[in-house]
Amino acid sequence: MKVPTTGECLLKKIRYLLAALVFASTAGLVACSKSDNNANVASGGTANSASPGAKLTGSIRVDGSSTVTPLIALAAEDFQAKNSGVTVTVGTSGTGGGFEKFCNGEIDIAMASRPIKEKEVDACKSKNIEPLELIVANDGLSVVINPQNDWVKCLTVKQLKAIWEPGSTVNNWNQVDPSFPDQPLKLFGPGSDSGTFDYFTKEINGEEGATRTDYNPTEDDNVTVSGVAGDKGALGYFGLSYLLENQGKVKGIAIDSGNGCIAPSTETVQSGQYKPLGRPLFIYLKPESAHRPEVKAFAEFYFDNQDAITKEARFVPLTKEQLAKADEELAKIKSQ
Amino acid sequence: MTEGPLSDRLEPQVASLTGTTSRRRRFLDGLFRFATIASVGVALLTLGALLVDIFLQGRPRLNPDLLSNMPSSRPERAGIQSAIFGTLWCVGLTAVVSLPIGVATAIYLEQFARRDRWYVRLVELNIQNLAGVPSVVFGILGLAFIARGPLSWGFTVGTGAMVLTILVLPTVVIASREAIRAVPSSFVDGALALGATRWQAVWRQVLPAAIPGIATGSILSVSRAMGESAPLLLLGALTFVTFNPTGLDSGYTVLPLLIFKYASDAKQELHVVAAAAIIVLLVLLLTLNTTAIMLRNHFEKRRH
Repeated sequence: MKVPTTGECLLKKIRYLLAALVFASTAGLVACSKSDNNANVASGGTANSASPGAKLTGSIRVDGSSTVTPLIALAAEDFQAKNSGVTVTVGTSGTGGGFEKFCNGEIDIAMASRPIKEKEVDACKSKNIEPLELIVANDGLSVVINPQNDWVKCLTVKQLKAIWEPGSTVNNWNQVDPSFPDQPLKLFGPGSDSGTFDYFTKEINGEEGATRTDYNPTEDDNVTVSGVAGDKGALGYFGLSYLLENQGKVKGIAIDSGNGCIAPSTETVQSGQYKPLGRPLFIYLKPESAHRPEVKAFAEFYFDNQDAITKEARFVPLTKEQLAKADEELAKIKSQ
Repeated sequence: MTEGPLSDRLEPQVASLTGTTSRRRRFLDGLFRFATIASVGVALLTLGALLVDIFLQGRPRLNPDLLSNMPSSRPERAGIQSAIFGTLWCVGLTAVVSLPIGVATAIYLEQFARRDRWYVRLVELNIQNLAGVPSVVFGILGLAFIARGPLSWGFTVGTGAMVLTILVLPTVVIASREAIRAVPSSFVDGALALGATRWQAVWRQVLPAAIPGIATGSILSVSRAMGESAPLLLLGALTFVTFNPTGLDSGYTVLPLLIFKYASDAKQELHVVAAAAIIVLLVLLLTLNTTAIMLRNHFEKRRH
């Protein structure tokens, strides 16, 4: 008789392992479909059965604008630290992508850097979702230049339009204003998936999405930062937080919309003076979800702490009126 | 007769055939050798420069806290734990599902299928083509059919793993087929001649001999899933999650996408965390690839 060598033993083991893998994968496939059904029941069931005052449980799904993400992510972090039974996921699909998921019923809260569009409201309604709008913070869209640029302090809306409108042939600073030096103009900005892009093009060029196309578009505002920081004749735009985080690398300029030059700041944005680029940021709640105690608690948590959260994320806090309105809207949910 | 090495003695003949002189040929030979070495050098230098750069950037945050902390918007607390677990879940599930199916497919195609049947050729053609499809296309497929649509698993780690499985399956099949084809057909013929069934021949002769190749190829293709970001971008992995997956229906994120998120954040300090996370991802990838090489060496040594 032949005594098996270690090698043969190993081979045998590996064959058993392979057989086990085949089994495991089939079992896994079955389990996959099963656990998914359970999950659907669970997310509806446990949430509704939680009584007030009891430990909150459940999961909250948020998705949408990358501009709003830092705010909600901060809130989610602190909220989960206080409520260990609740899981909050904050996705970043962009404002449009967020609304698509929202109106598909896939998420509880959509984040947006512009108001919901008519088209999107209709898509939601067809699925019986009536979006509840809440303003979570204010932002000042900032136009930035290179720190070495010492000739521009302020641009008028008209000049910005001349630079950014579709078909614009402005390629040199001396075309913007004859008193400016002969310096090639390099443009940086967000790509078309961004709510910031939608807002800027609408306010400056008069039509959402209308822009010259020969600029450097990016979905990552840090690319705009390094682009502007690296070229003396560069110009770009993004949310206020990127300007505040990159002081010294880029320089913000004031905007003149007819009432003199106004620079973006907490005060000018809150007072509405920073026109037309001051903007509110939104979240949209799904009514069905808003009735769930953990979702309601999360929304309340945000507005109770909005001052600290907006400041930490370098946004502009809500005005008293905005906050009062949000509280009122939230109170309505409670009473239902 | 003449002295000296063979090449010298053949010199006149070669020269008359190619019409070039000896010095010129030597020069070209040296030039070619230099060109190949330079090519290797360029590749290695680029890689080295990138590694050094990332290491220098990420070093301040390369500590146990990075691994144990959950993602955070606050740079001093930001970690990558949920992304490591998310990645391990995805890659683990992908391996568990894709290896048996892939190897079984390869065995069928190599040992049982009849090449002259149209459906076999169709399957082969499709596998070859699928291996070349850009990964984002699999992401769209997963979005339409697994996350939404017929299966509706939602944006969960199960969906992510399933799409990665479909993504690596063609490469696993192709790698396994190569390994099985490399086993001499005399192994099967011999077993069959001695009265073994086809199944016994495959199970006891072909598979054991093919395992090193299968293991190496499969691990390399599964490790591709680890660095994959495009399909998962569409499947809800670009998400801020501060918990590890608890089941197939859990929300998740993966290392490549958390790196993307940290790197695009407004806060400069988070870019350092991104660099540190890149090092962790590289170490994980290297570990997997080293395992593949060690497995192959281990089995090859045993065979001889």
